[in-house]
Amino acid sequence: MTTDQTALLQYALGEADDALILGQRLCEWCYHAPYLEEDLALANVSLDFLGRAQNFYQYAAQLDPQQRTADQLAMLRDSREFRNLLIVELPIGDFAFTMARQFLLDCFYVEFMTALQGSADPNMAGIAAKAIKESQYHLRRSHEWLLRLGDGTEESHRRMQIALDQIWGYTMEMFENSPAENELLAEGIAVDRSALKPAWDTRVNTALVEATLSRPEDGWSVRGGRDGIHTEHHGHLLSELQFLQRAYPGLEW
Amino acid sequence: MGAIPLLHQECLEREARRRESACPELWDLLDTVKDPEIPVLSIWELGVLQDVQRDGDKITVVITPTYSGCPAMHAMQQDVERALSDAGWSQVEVRQQLSPAWSTRWMTPQARQALAEYGIAPPCTNQNELPQCPQCHSEQVDRISEFGSTACKALYKCRDCLEPFDYFKCL
Repeated sequence: MTTDQTALLQYALGEADDALILGQRLCEWCYHAPYLEEDLALANVSLDFLGRAQNFYQYAAQLDPQQRTADQLAMLRDSREFRNLLIVELPIGDFAFTMARQFLLDCFYVEFMTALQGSADPNMAGIAAKAIKESQYHLRRSHEWLLRLGDGTEESHRRMQIALDQIWGYTMEMFENSPAENELLAEGIAVDRSALKPAWDTRVNTALVEATLSRPEDGWSVRGGRDGIHTEHHGHLLSELQFLQRAYPGLEW
Repeated sequence: MGAIPLLHQECLEREARRRESACPELWDLLDTVKDPEIPVLSIWELGVLQDVQRDGDKITVVITPTYSGCPAMHAMQQDVERALSDAGWSQVEVRQQLSPAWSTRWMTPQARQALAEYGIAPPCTNQNELPQCPQCHSEQVDRISEFGSTACKALYKCRDCLEPFDYFKCL
């Protein structure tokens, strides 16, 4: 196996893990959303991310020298082997927190997937071409919620501002290239995350002004997900996500 | 002068693959495979069926998923395998292809008509357009939710006849 293939496997796995963990968090709202239509919407967004995860895992499985299947990669790796960004694993919090995170991520994904469509790797480009359409749709919805809560009642505004303040330090990690990404950059396979920051800033700043919210200060940041160093919430999430495959290995529908 | 509406390139290529196919009977056979959630649409009309090829006794079918996580894809794949094996083909491979990404532009005019008659508003040509009520054809409609009963639909209601309805989202 060449170094390139190892880096590509890491790249695909990082994207797969981000989508899987976020999808798992979103589906925790099932039966708990503020009303039925919102319940359906969050479950559908979750499904889009699980589908995206499946696409990336299937590709990762093709590259894996240990020949693990997509299901094994998702369901049988331990926390330290997961490469997802910390922002996706944070607990759902209140509805404002979930929508604040979703909005910040949707803004990121619209830029990231647009760039990844031009990847020199046709598999990554193909998955991105599918994902970009979904992310554009997600952004439309999370943007509406940002406006509605930010420019809504005193209470909804207060909660949305708290959510943004709490999550802000986790956004920096989205714009940092992993060693694998840096290696793949030269061949035009990976997206340069740091280059996406100005467009993301513009999108976010414009929406925050519209929503009468303040952009939090950049004073703190947390990172480690890409190195497998996760928050205390990660293991709990995996224990729920992976329980069935751990208890009944190889179980299928 | 307005632009002449043109069929999308990917759409033309898909139709050409069927028209020029060496095994037209297999395409016809697969017209019996319907979307499990929307049984008035075949996978051809939906735009999911991309290619059918025969190499001796071996059949390869290429399908494109609608949404990344659409659970109906698995059912459609099994239905394709079943339809072909019922017709006596034992070596069947169904391959999923992500690129070019599925679009509602690939839906045939017959499919749009069938959807409307079934009570689902067919996709508009862009994401900002509003659908028509499939019951009374009113254009006075409100969106209730960006998502409906499946990943491909949104929920609307008609301000004239007051009926709620599903809208097949434009993608």
